[in-house]
Amino acid sequence: MSQKLNVRNITENEYFYGHKACGGCGESLALRLALKVLGDEAYLSLPAGCMAAVSFIYPNMAFKNNAIITPFASTAAVTTGVEAGLRALGKKKPLAVGFAGDGGTADIGIQALSGAIDRGEKFIYICTDNEAYMNTGIQKSGLTPFGAATTTTPAGREIRGNINFKKNMFEIVAAHGITYAATASIGYLDDMINKIQKAKDADGPSYIHIYAPCPTGWGCGSEISVDLGKQVVDNGLWYLAEYENGEFKVNRNPDTFEPVAPYLKRQGRFKHLEESDITMIESIRDQKWEYIRNNWV
Amino acid sequence: MNDKFLNGNEAVAYGVLLAKPHVVAAYPITPQTKAVEKISQFVQDGDLDCEYMHVESEHSAMACSIGASSVGARTFTATSSQGLLYMLECLPYASGARLPIVMMNANRAIATPWNIYGDQMDIMYALNSGWVQLFVEDAQEALDVTLQAFKLAEHKDVLAPVVVNLDGFVLTHTYEKVSIPASSEVDAFLPPIAKYDHIMSDEHPMSMCISAGNHQNQGFKQLQHEALFNAEGVFETIEREFSTQFGRAYGGAVDSYRMDDAEIAMLTTGSVTGTARVVVDELRREGIKAGLIKLRMVRPFPTKRLLEVVADLKGLVVFDKNVSFGYEGTIFTNVNSALMQSGKMLKVENVIGGLGGRDIPHHEIKSAYMNLIDKKNSKQVRFSDEEVTA
Ligand SMILES: Cc1ncc(C[n+]2csc(CCOP(=O)(O)OP(=O)(O)O)c2C)c(N)n1
Ligand code: SF4
Repeated sequence: MSQKLNVRNITENEYFYGHKACGGCGESLALRLALKVLGDEAYLSLPAGCMAAVSFIYPNMAFKNNAIITPFASTAAVTTGVEAGLRALGKKKPLAVGFAGDGGTADIGIQALSGAIDRGEKFIYICTDNEAYMNTGIQKSGLTPFGAATTTTPAGREIRGNINFKKNMFEIVAAHGITYAATASIGYLDDMINKIQKAKDADGPSYIHIYAPCPTGWGCGSEISVDLGKQVVDNGLWYLAEYENGEFKVNRNPDTFEPVAPYLKRQGRFKHLEESDITMIESIRDQKWEYIRNNWV
Repeated sequence: MNDKFLNGNEAVAYGVLLAKPHVVAAYPITPQTKAVEKISQFVQDGDLDCEYMHVESEHSAMACSIGASSVGARTFTATSSQGLLYMLECLPYASGARLPIVMMNANRAIATPWNIYGDQMDIMYALNSGWVQLFVEDAQEALDVTLQAFKLAEHKDVLAPVVVNLDGFVLTHTYEKVSIPASSEVDAFLPPIAKYDHIMSDEHPMSMCISAGNHQNQGFKQLQHEALFNAEGVFETIEREFSTQFGRAYGGAVDSYRMDDAEIAMLTTGSVTGTARVVVDELRREGIKAGLIKLRMVRPFPTKRLLEVVADLKGLVVFDKNVSFGYEGTIFTNVNSALMQSGKMLKVENVIGGLGGRDIPHHEIKSAYMNLIDKKNSKQVRFSDEEVTA
């Protein structure tokens, strides 16, 4: 087991800089910190999405590591291809890592992700979840939560925002019997970086799902993204958990949750929500936690 | 050398075995299946030491190939028809990133109507993908060209992916005697893949498949365009080396049969060439100066070679196993464009046939030739058999 990582002992080396992400971008923060854990030996694969768009603009490359843009549907496939290629060329322990957004993971890329986990190869897949297709201008994805307004699910006169619920990627991935899977948030950085370290140490496929607020898409100040990432865990709308050795584990199980309204009200995407919508969001949260507490705790 | 009784799929598999790829990623589809099965067998038996990736789709087969090739691994995949269309998005990624991946495509009809038999509609969708496109006539050529394809793709002046096309069933499933070169000889012909500057490595970290804006993008495409043209000359050199070493030669990008004094000719791609060859012999016996042009390379398009071959012709019929709906056969379009460039006013006709595996009988080939003389059929573009049996 590697030592526990924290702000004091994490490397000062930077592997991701000079990129064109918006101020306060949760995904870029997650990526930057993940690379501090993974180090320069990691070969990165990124599909279309904000992180690829902001970091490979010829001739200004933002990655110090080896990095490749993949076809949108193919993050996991390219990642395992890189891994297989390196292994076939004689590298002992290649470290291949895919970074994809929520759309690139839960929608178009889910087949390749499923196939790659199924093959059982050692690779890390990190989903940076900003709950919409941001790079193409904030459209609904399979991970957009109930109630959120996006450009394809606007708060209209008839239908107010997104009426679907967030697909549960963490449990879908776990159902594959993956070696290691975890959820994380940029609001809890220590927890996040140590999970990435665990993924790095895992002897098989691993998946980390990181909650990554997006000021541009969410309609909030760039200075509050990290705070939103904390608040969403404290109010129970996002949970921190792991799946390892066939078992689920909850990392934070608060006795009481903070109310969800203050979190929602800080974001433009939820500003149309009515009292009844908020009550519904809370009741769905409670049902989920009842399941978690009954089954995982 | 050692002789075996093989079908085209197996011949390609032996080519792959001898080429010793580092990674093979493939997904089954009729009529390519036997090729990937045979390669798996080689791997499972320990005859071929490579990473065989059992992917969940063709899109991933090409994506895995891109990943493997991006770190410098020699990489092979195979597909056909709907599978090729499914991976289509990935093809320009591979060529734009200048990755020397080799693929076999078993030419097959495109749905709908569903049909598993051979025609060349599938690969025509990939004509603009930046891949070198080769077509073979028989199983021996399939094996030999598979070996040449790796050398061609990996050549420093080319660095483009290559697809080797085999007509579905007619080539993939018929057996013939195939001579299998000794591994040591192949090693001498096809050395290990070079370490290129443009791939990812521990020594020189790289950003690959980058984005390039309005100003630079065209420059990248121009470089790629020029490199693809290089493939024609390099292919001819590789074939000469191959024939010196293995004693078999195929004539480069454009092969000709009885063309020396020919007045009329047919241009074919793939397996129909065999039938046309028989027809040419027969026409010659009847005193008609007929010849045959076998187009082996469709991208880059060998314009110059083609013009040399047709220089003294009075009439040419282009046989297309595909149709570009609402226009004409795709090879015909390409041939016409080449002729226009030379300013040569040659009588050219287009016969489209063999779609969905429809039989291409000897008499239809013959009447296509005869029409160049008799002009019974005034249509410049027509189907080999005008009867519609739908
Ligand atoms: C096959 C294909 N379809 C659509 C697109 C257009 N596209 C580019 S980025 C993107 C959205 C990415 O969203 P997400 O994966 O959530 O990442 P984010 O931008 O939010 O980081 C889409 C739809 C594409 N590049 N390729
Ligand atoms: S739109 Fe959102 S995810 Fe994209 S770069 Fe800006 S803040 Fe980051």
